[in-house]
Amino acid sequence: MLENKNNLKAWLYLSPALLLLVVFTFYPLFNAFYLAFLKDFNFLLRTIEGYTLFGNFKIVINSPNFKQAMINTFVIVFVSVPISVMVALFVSVALNSIKKLQGVFQTIYFLPYVTNAIAVGMAFAFIFHQQYGLINTMLDWIGISPVNWVGTGATWSNAMFSLLVYTVWGGLAFKIMIFLSGLQSIDKQYYDAARIDATPRKRVFSRITVPLLSPMIMYIVITSFIGAFKAYSTVIGMFGPSLGPKGNERSLITFVALVYDALQHSGSIGAMSEAAAAAIILFLITLVFTLVQMQISKKRVHY
Amino acid sequence: MEIKLQGLTKIFQAKDKTETVAVKDFDITIPSGKLIGLLGPSGCGKSTTLYMIAGLLKPNNGKIFFGDEDVTEMAPEDRGIGLVFQNYALYPHMTVKQNIMFPLENLKVPKAEAIIKAQEMADLVGIGDLMNRKPKQLSGGQQQRVAIARALVKKPRVLLLDEPLSNLDARLRLQTREEIKRIQIETGITTIFVTHDQEEAMSISDEIVLMESGVKMQVGEPQDVYDVPNNLFVAKFLGTPPINVFNGNIIDGEIHLNGAVIGKTKAPNQEVTIGIRPEGFKISKTADFELEISMVETIGRDTTLIINDKHETERSSRVIVDSSNKVKPGDKIKFTIKPKKLFLFNKETGEKIT
Repeated sequence: MLENKNNLKAWLYLSPALLLLVVFTFYPLFNAFYLAFLKDFNFLLRTIEGYTLFGNFKIVINSPNFKQAMINTFVIVFVSVPISVMVALFVSVALNSIKKLQGVFQTIYFLPYVTNAIAVGMAFAFIFHQQYGLINTMLDWIGISPVNWVGTGATWSNAMFSLLVYTVWGGLAFKIMIFLSGLQSIDKQYYDAARIDATPRKRVFSRITVPLLSPMIMYIVITSFIGAFKAYSTVIGMFGPSLGPKGNERSLITFVALVYDALQHSGSIGAMSEAAAAAIILFLITLVFTLVQMQISKKRVHY
Repeated sequence: MEIKLQGLTKIFQAKDKTETVAVKDFDITIPSGKLIGLLGPSGCGKSTTLYMIAGLLKPNNGKIFFGDEDVTEMAPEDRGIGLVFQNYALYPHMTVKQNIMFPLENLKVPKAEAIIKAQEMADLVGIGDLMNRKPKQLSGGQQQRVAIARALVKKPRVLLLDEPLSNLDARLRLQTREEIKRIQIETGITTIFVTHDQEEAMSISDEIVLMESGVKMQVGEPQDVYDVPNNLFVAKFLGTPPINVFNGNIIDGEIHLNGAVIGKTKAPNQEVTIGIRPEGFKISKTADFELEISMVETIGRDTTLIINDKHETERSSRVIVDSSNKVKPGDKIKFTIKPKKLFLFNKETGEKIT
């Protein structure tokens, strides 16, 4: 049979990628689930004291940083994602409507995507610098005295605000690119039709552009939520391994940081299992949110 | 609403600065309350003309009047037009009802009133029972009707239709074109539609406007244009099967073709292009004009004789005769030509010789 022959070839071509996926993705994935249920797993000696259902999860939840990590992660997710999606939407609609220099602006808005998150984080840390930073300089112009955004002893809210600004900005590029390509695939006739019917700009946006772009918006919202739940490199980029301003260390710890924290002392008994348990908690939270969003999208997204 | 176009010109400029004249010095007056067919081969500028009337394209030159009002510089939304796009441009995420109500929303019509108006329009175009469907759940013909209802619901001064039937299958096309005619008569709205299909244009238009390369060729009632074409292009464009074209001569007031005299004219001696409608031939045993039949197509009502003659300018000719005539391929048949179905054109310019 023709089909069988093709199958064999297909598997052959797939095998290199599959092999890598199995070794570096699927095995660690399932192994994490396994690790999370081991009791007192000794990573070096590879010994366990039996199995436990919730033991490792309890340790994670009761760990001193858990609450802070939860708060920080949720703040990042629920503040930065909606803002950056909306800003990206407006920017891309504006970009799509200009004719001259569109390519130039597209490049400008796309640049953050190809720059390193850590490097940009350092740049942002400088923008928010108390003495020399751009933000405080500008605040000074309108007569507001310098704010300690990210410096020694900066408050949680100031530091979080700076982090959010950076996170929003860093996430714009990809979203704008996706939205722009989506906008460009919308049939111009819809806009001509709307124009003939004297549709105000606001209504064109809300009743035509957004619904027709809704599959893209949904895709961006879901991937951004997942990305934001995994926030880590942004914090490192801005504050370094201390995960917070000096004097207020670890105040900006995120969920992923919690996982890495556990791994840091993986030599100690049970640490690997704690890391796995933390990762699974994050996975479950992300899963629930994604499912909820997909349920909402069934009603709101027009394919 | 009478529509007047004066010296309308549209030039498209490509990126490399080459210019294409899409519509050139177009003058026409479209009488109020009529159904007008803008007809021409693709690329003749008919859609461009329509979009200029709609205001979506800006003319480079010339003026557009709705009644006495100069609308040339007016934005499309202020012109009070309804436009049905070639592929309908129905909003895919809205139901039929929402689509039809959308123009009313912009006019701030109260919702209850808008629902009644939308239902009235939907009933008028015959889709009153499909109000809660999405466009994707409708057939092409139904979508077309929704588009017409959406265009009509705000009571526009002018209804414009861009190739309204091109996306429909043959059967639906016949039905829909009658429907368009009926809706136009019922609403009495001045309607302009664009088409490349001469049969479509002739069958429903009160008047047709024939265009070629951005220039108006002839305007008039379909039958008049068919009976008295101004030039060879018009004669060739109208009619199925198309007119037969031969090379012939005028000698001393007689029209010579294929060594025979087929008619009389007052025009001076010259070589001419002769156009004879397929129905302009009459079998006659006593005539001089003889043609050899190469193929015979019988379609029931009448018979089409296909002729390959060396005097033809382009391709084989078609002669329609009553099916009671028994003709075989290879027969040599003598014909007389009905004078009203015979046209003479200048060999160079294609203009009609009278």
